[in-house]
Amino acid sequence: MPTIQDIAAYAESSAKKLGIVKYDVYGSSVDETSVQVDKGDPKQVKASNRSSVIVRVWNPDGKVGVTSTSDVDPLGMDLALQTAQEASAFGVDDHIPDFSPEAVAPTADVQVETVPPAPVGDLISTLVDAEKQLLAAHPAIASVPYNGLSQRSIDRFYLNSAGALRQEARSYASLYLYSKTEQEGRKPRSAGAMRVNRGLPLLDIEGCLKEATEKTISHLDYNKVTSGKYRVVFSGEAFLSLLGAFSNLYNAQSVLDNRSLSTVNSLGTVVASPLLSVYDDALHPENVSAETFDGEGTPTRRVPIIEQGVLTQFLHSAGTAKRMGASPTGHASIGAKVSVGPSYYQVLPGVEASTEFSLATAENVIFIDDLQALHAGVNALQGSFSLPFDGWLVNGGDRTSIESATVAGDFRELLKAIVHIEPEAEITPGGLCPRIWVDALSITGEG
Amino acid sequence: MTVAPFPTPLLKTNDLLQRDYAAPRDRFDSAWEATLSTLLGLGRAAGADFVEFFLERNNYISCQAEDDAITSLSPRLVTGAGVRVFRGQADCYVSTNDLTFNGLKAALDKALAIMGLTLPGPHTNLAEINLELLRDYATAKGKDDWLSQCSSMQEMGDVLLAANGALGQKANHVQSRRAVYFRDWQEVLVAASDGTFARDIRLTQSVGYNLLCADGEHRSSIGQRAGDTSDPAFLRQWDYTTAAADVAESAGKMLYADYVESGSYPVIMANKFGGVIFHEACGHLLETTQIERGTTPFIDKKGQKIAHESLTAWDEGLTTDAFGTIDMDDEGMPAQRTLLIENGILKNFLSDRAGSMRTGHPRTGSGRRQGFTYAAASRMRNTYIAPGDYSLDELFASVEKGIYCKQMGGGSVGPTGQFNFSVSEAYLIENGKVTKPLKGATLIGEATEIMDKISMCSNDLDLAAGFCGSISGSIYVTVGQPHLKVDSITVGGR
Repeated sequence: MPTIQDIAAYAESSAKKLGIVKYDVYGSSVDETSVQVDKGDPKQVKASNRSSVIVRVWNPDGKVGVTSTSDVDPLGMDLALQTAQEASAFGVDDHIPDFSPEAVAPTADVQVETVPPAPVGDLISTLVDAEKQLLAAHPAIASVPYNGLSQRSIDRFYLNSAGALRQEARSYASLYLYSKTEQEGRKPRSAGAMRVNRGLPLLDIEGCLKEATEKTISHLDYNKVTSGKYRVVFSGEAFLSLLGAFSNLYNAQSVLDNRSLSTVNSLGTVVASPLLSVYDDALHPENVSAETFDGEGTPTRRVPIIEQGVLTQFLHSAGTAKRMGASPTGHASIGAKVSVGPSYYQVLPGVEASTEFSLATAENVIFIDDLQALHAGVNALQGSFSLPFDGWLVNGGDRTSIESATVAGDFRELLKAIVHIEPEAEITPGGLCPRIWVDALSITGEG
Repeated sequence: MTVAPFPTPLLKTNDLLQRDYAAPRDRFDSAWEATLSTLLGLGRAAGADFVEFFLERNNYISCQAEDDAITSLSPRLVTGAGVRVFRGQADCYVSTNDLTFNGLKAALDKALAIMGLTLPGPHTNLAEINLELLRDYATAKGKDDWLSQCSSMQEMGDVLLAANGALGQKANHVQSRRAVYFRDWQEVLVAASDGTFARDIRLTQSVGYNLLCADGEHRSSIGQRAGDTSDPAFLRQWDYTTAAADVAESAGKMLYADYVESGSYPVIMANKFGGVIFHEACGHLLETTQIERGTTPFIDKKGQKIAHESLTAWDEGLTTDAFGTIDMDDEGMPAQRTLLIENGILKNFLSDRAGSMRTGHPRTGSGRRQGFTYAAASRMRNTYIAPGDYSLDELFASVEKGIYCKQMGGGSVGPTGQFNFSVSEAYLIENGKVTKPLKGATLIGEATEIMDKISMCSNDLDLAAGFCGSISGSIYVTVGQPHLKVDSITVGGR
């Protein structure tokens, strides 16, 4: 791939040729390798080196056009800028996006270690060994149908015609192991685990194996659950997946589009139990995907979303911040319509709880480890959800896996029905979150 | 008439640098033969059992109207290629944006290296692969001009604004209204070391509405989309007035709907997108990808009864204009019509090249992928349950208390055959009659159990466009069925 300086030069040259005075470019280059194995042999190895940029062009009327392209040579940049110029005739008249006022502000001084990619042979042998160990962990574990070990190096940049130029590099490695059981006269069961870090040598492979093994075995003893209202404990990962599914609650663009559970007047209102505080912090040390600037070049930062149950701030792009009299928060992705999205959650206890809760002593509690089919079972605009899950019925510390069931409710009611937040947070790829206890959720089982 | 000299059968590898491999950048055609046959020969000479190149150019644009303004117009231009190398049962896939000879050769070199092979050194005799005469579905079927015949940016904006205006007139309690359109033009070229050499152009378009209504605490959101694969005039022929009336009516009915009471019910599933039940509960489980992983309960059931005797199901790529229709798959094989289940008996699986090699099931023209960054895998095309003999009245008359699932949301299936899908528009059935609207239902079940509970199929088969996400990315598919009755299924709700 051409260097960022090359792309900047191509863009400048093309813009000059086309009479374009104002433009910006966001792009990335990804070098990626992934492997899968099947019963001790490599099944498929994938590698790619791909690049793409998105260009925005302001025409003489001040309207914006956008085009993205994977052709980042001079000809490709010519065509992209030309197409964006054509599209600019149909740009919006109101609330036209502009360069972020913070596109040249200093970014956080974060030292990120990048790990050189490991040889493909090392990826394969590591995964073959992990599969072997998982298959040997219990006689009922018959296969590891979903597995993968991948590594990725990413270079990303933002530049604009006003002189902004940012770039940074990151590396990641991830491992997932998803095993399946077979037992005579019993239904097959499955469970898995995933780990992410900056490179293969840093991956917690043992931890991933241990978690996948324990979860798989814990689902062997399964039973139906009787439908009804239950006290439910969400794992950190399960709660974060719900929080992410209903992120329109604190997404400024959704609010302005009238496609949110909040309105412009919702800041300062109580939206959750005072036990709950939620932050978004792209720069958190546990975030292996940490980025110091967003798609508009705005520096990222820690943003309080909900503090002790009160909605305190929306996530903003430069455009939404301007419209709502706020500051951009570093959550934008550029496009014909700039979108806003979270980076890395940090869920913390809010006010101090007065009651102790423990899975070791609780009776008739449902512990939800993983929510499924969020793309289908969440109605984010209505606030409702009805989702299949992996979990257990817990009685006095004894866990019985639940065969097939759904949990349903209204997310706003769920936030207010939180009765306990455990002190210790789980570290997940999407954020930090402790187990969250919620009262009286509807569970539908086949029992 | 001119007579070209007979080509030299062998090429010295050190002659490669002297060859002119400049293939056209803006079109995939037979001019690519020399480049690709040489690269394929290089791969085979290195020791690969099979080599395949997939080249892609993509010209995509999406447009969105919100209320009375165009708020997004997003063109995207993509070029890239992927090379797949097989050695024994194992394979490797490498993708790149660089379509020069040296760029493709570098990708091939990387794939070979991963498989423990190396490109032949200098002075090696190299047998180029003899490719078949280009099977050019694009030119043969008059697709070369499709892109220029599609709606311009101006027309996209005009149609969507008019459509959103119509929706504003039809709907009540509107909180937000969106009309969305995309056009995905894709040119592909496949060349493989077995001589495969094929080109196609695909044109996929979709247009629809997303309506959010609110009245105090009552909310309803209804989406509806139409899709097409081969009509450049699709957008300008969209009957948005009728679509707006349908969406507005559904949203109005669901605005004050009660949440469904959870439990186990008989359900009647509407035709068209109701077919997602078969897509999730059975279709995915008949892909050879699932056989390879051992994640289908139907792995050894070919020739056996796996469903109610009233059920016959097809997967095919030939229906004119349907969203999953393809002239050839992404491995260059012509599409076909594949009988999956006949009167409850499992007849065939869906197989791609790798799946066929690893499981022994014959290829069915089902190797599909989202784009060049994915290796092809066995995927569905237009998948539907065949019509039965019952009338719709007979289906409803057979239900004392149950649920009518009129419009489905999405769904998924897990590695043990457990499936789920959501219902975005549902109604209570009491004594054979549709009574009040219900919302918030999710249906869950086991594939092996549900297939035997589909006991009645009506005679009104219809198809609907959808998107399917799986191992080789998001692809366009059709789901379909007549109205059908499931004797009992678990319905999750409040």
